[in-house]
Amino acid sequence: MTSPLNELDVRRLLCPMPVIKTQNKVRTLATGDTLKVVCTDPGALSDIPAWCRINGHEVLEMGEQGNEVFVVLQVGEDNGALF
Amino acid sequence: MTEASQPIKRRAIALVSGGLDSMLAVKVMQEQGIEVEGVNFYTGFCVEGHTHAIRKKDKDKEKRNNALWVAEQLGIKMHIIDISEEYKDVVLNPKHGYGANLNPCLDCKIFMVNQATLMINKARELAGDRGFDFIVTGEVIGQRPKSQRKETMPIISQESGADDRLLRPLCAQNLPPTLPEREGWVNRDELHDFSGRNRKPQMALAAKFGLDDFAQPAGGCCFLTDESYSNKLADLWKARNERRYELDDIMLLKVGRHLRPQPHYKLIISREEGENRFLEGYRYQFTSLTTVSCPGPLALVDGEFGSEAELEQAAAIVARYSKGRVDETVTLEVRSPDGVAREITVAPAQPDAVLASWNVG
Repeated sequence: MTSPLNELDVRRLLCPMPVIKTQNKVRTLATGDTLKVVCTDPGALSDIPAWCRINGHEVLEMGEQGNEVFVVLQVGEDNGALF
Repeated sequence: MTEASQPIKRRAIALVSGGLDSMLAVKVMQEQGIEVEGVNFYTGFCVEGHTHAIRKKDKDKEKRNNALWVAEQLGIKMHIIDISEEYKDVVLNPKHGYGANLNPCLDCKIFMVNQATLMINKARELAGDRGFDFIVTGEVIGQRPKSQRKETMPIISQESGADDRLLRPLCAQNLPPTLPEREGWVNRDELHDFSGRNRKPQMALAAKFGLDDFAQPAGGCCFLTDESYSNKLADLWKARNERRYELDDIMLLKVGRHLRPQPHYKLIISREEGENRFLEGYRYQFTSLTTVSCPGPLALVDGEFGSEAELEQAAAIVARYSKGRVDETVTLEVRSPDGVAREITVAPAQPDAVLASWNVG
């Protein structure tokens, strides 16, 4: 990984808040940056990758750690800033 | 054709709920060569967010956010916007009143279309031709009793500020032509004239587009259309003597069995493991009760006990829903939000001692 790993803690938030927080965080990052999102809502394991596919970001890794799940993504060409 | 003579590609922003109608509306636009991006608003009352996140019984179902799923199927970008804070005013003070329950559907639609209008105005200001030309919704006249009626359609257009930049492709032929139709950006003849609660035209159109997998939530995708949920919200306002809520309040109304044995406290009792795990996260905000002598639920106490006798009553009720319900006594842990805990032993409440009138919702 060429850029430092950013972290986003969205524990206890329910769908779709983990996706919204991820979206808003990614807007502040640059192409190629990586972000690890840590959640307690298991739905995030399908929602965040789906959001990444729609918006052209790459999921590098995802998994479960006890009661938590995590997704590591790499920001694609367009960070999705609204306009 | 030279680049200069190519027609401008018109762009629309579509309100996408994740249901079939908005999906079809986008598809109809795409068929006409319109470039569409989706917007999905999170109010806090979305059924979507809750149902696959908490209840264990839903675990076997495929977990997905329908708005994201729809965006992926349609190949459109999706903006998900958290409006939960601003939305409070819509729920608390709906100018056009409520529907059958605490659903402010007409004000809600006006609010959402207004948010989309602000988005397209800002986009045009910042991006010029790369902005958006109009707004699309999946509304169908007669589809929903509070908001989707012939007389509410112009109200939504006007009060949202979208005016004739709001196009409803599924029922446009029943309405006066809008700007996109008059300007020839879209062909009115290829729009639709759906009306009423009959879903057959939508099914036929879905089949025509080859769409065979879509969400069809009964009663819409908002908890406020749910009678039991609305009753819980009304009870919350009554107990607090004021009409207000925080996001955590409305999340908790979606979870567990709610019992109010006394006007000044309510128990939120988990019904299964998923709810247990969810309520666990709130133990630092509420006094909680959980069984220790046998497996049982976790209960949050919303309010204050007036006496030790009330605590014992609450403990007996929680014990009633535990595996120890037929035991002589059950021991529970009472933990305050700061983590200080003690144990209490009570006889589980008998079935007839848990009054039906305590049930909120």
